[in-house]
Amino acid sequence: MEPMILDMLLKAGLGLIILGMVLNIAGLLTWVERKQSALMQDRIGANRAAIFGFTALGLLHGIADAVKMFTKEDCMPKGAHRFIFNLAPAISVAFAMAAFAAIPFGNTLTLFSRTINLQVAELDAALLFVLAAMSIAVYGVILAGFSSNSNYAVLGGMRAASQMLSYEMSMGLSILGLVLLNDTMNLQEMVRAQGGTWLGFIPRWGVFTQPLAFLVFTTAVLAETKRAPFDLPEGESEIIGYFVEYSGMKFGMFLLTDFIETVLAACLVSVFFFGGWQIPGLHATGFHFPWGTTIPLPPLAVSLLGVAAMMTKVVFFNWLFMALRWTLPRFRYDQLMHLGWKILLPASIANVLVTAAWVAWRG
Amino acid sequence: MAANVKVLKRRELTWWENTFLPSIYAGLVITSRHFFGNLAIHISHVFGLRKKERGSTTYQYPEEKRPLAHRYRTRHRLMKRDSGETRCVACMLCETICPAHCIAIVAKEHPDPDIEKMPASFDIDLGKCVYCGFCVEVCPEDAIRMDTGRLDIAAYSRGGMILNFDHLMNPELPVLDPAKPVAR
Ligand code: SF4
Ligand code: SF4
Repeated sequence: MEPMILDMLLKAGLGLIILGMVLNIAGLLTWVERKQSALMQDRIGANRAAIFGFTALGLLHGIADAVKMFTKEDCMPKGAHRFIFNLAPAISVAFAMAAFAAIPFGNTLTLFSRTINLQVAELDAALLFVLAAMSIAVYGVILAGFSSNSNYAVLGGMRAASQMLSYEMSMGLSILGLVLLNDTMNLQEMVRAQGGTWLGFIPRWGVFTQPLAFLVFTTAVLAETKRAPFDLPEGESEIIGYFVEYSGMKFGMFLLTDFIETVLAACLVSVFFFGGWQIPGLHATGFHFPWGTTIPLPPLAVSLLGVAAMMTKVVFFNWLFMALRWTLPRFRYDQLMHLGWKILLPASIANVLVTAAWVAWRG
Repeated sequence: MAANVKVLKRRELTWWENTFLPSIYAGLVITSRHFFGNLAIHISHVFGLRKKERGSTTYQYPEEKRPLAHRYRTRHRLMKRDSGETRCVACMLCETICPAHCIAIVAKEHPDPDIEKMPASFDIDLGKCVYCGFCVEVCPEDAIRMDTGRLDIAAYSRGGMILNFDHLMNPELPVLDPAKPVAR
């Protein structure tokens, strides 16, 4: 009985740490978004919010935003469905965060002769869980659009619904190849299967086994985050989108969902295609270089290095997604549908078929 | 006879270009070059290096003013004689030519018999002024100029935007002046 309670407490603690980390990264992303776009466009970026004259490079703008959103008037349009209207942002943000439970942030960590798996929920069907959570998060968007009693919001909700439908299909299919190859749906196992190297220097990462799936998945998951170039549900320049009637912190929740989903997308891409917490050449006992040198490391250091590697990859992909978001113009709606149904979907199906044939031939 | 028409065919995109990947890559290269270039300049500034280069093309307005072109038209001022009084002889030419009808002059007799008149009051409503510079061009006495370089023109009311004789004679006076009566 005793160890079980301890285990539960450990998992709860881990969950809290990951939740805090994700929320902090999402908050920091508001700063990254401002500053990165500014540097890309030869500007300085937000730098005025200050406490006692300290601006901290504009970092305080995130706090100023939060204060503003919490103190703003919370309005609801006449004729809106009160219950669903209030529920929608909560669904969005809650399920986007729930998906992190299945993400492995590191290998097992051994502390005081106790082995902790650095994945909150050790689900065998973690992959399905993540996909399901992301899909339910979309419900928040659609419900927000339909419950607002506003034509613009309905348009945004409809756009979101059709966009998500077209892209989730290719997203699920593109991952199927990896499932076939690695013979598992557990994300932790999937990361473990990506350890080791070919010829001593090419890491066995998913991006090398499934390059097409990588492209399809990255595109689809970017569409899932609803940010440019796939920001049609938001359509800031013409319909404002599904959250047009929201104000205050309820709007803030939708904004937060966007950033959380960006982090989630970065996590998923690193886990599926870039070996999660794997560092090429790092084994359970330390570094083994192809030319024979070894640097022995204690297990604790190996685990922590793994977590650091995962974080580095997540930060890199967040940077990349931001760069994409500020580089590419928005798709036209027919181009979006064309890309989803006529390019990504056939590509992912072909990918699955080829992979299946290869797996069957290999036996 | 058919006209000499040159048909320009739009080039079809190749399969590879149709995947958008080359253009996405090219775009990322451009934006990343700006990003890392500016980042390097900002970091160098922290260490006191590369002070001559700017990491941005924008001006941080209240602290940093944009350099104005030599002939840039800004807030008006009235020129002075050696004695310190205005050069304006209240000929009304500027009031007449002003396309925005924003100059209002009331003339009075000048004590010096050699000078015909002088303004008793001289108001320019900057809320209406279109900064065309006609008033400067038309003035026979070179009494009015728009070379103060002041752009910080703001007021809490429309009436507050009116420059009076004092403001025109002393270009350093702010428009947004709490002591200035608010005309309604
Ligand atoms: S600049 Fe043009 S609009 Fe302004 S006061 Fe002079 S003449 Fe009138
Ligand atoms: S044109 Fe010159 S001299 Fe004549 S009223 Fe205007 S400022 Fe005075």
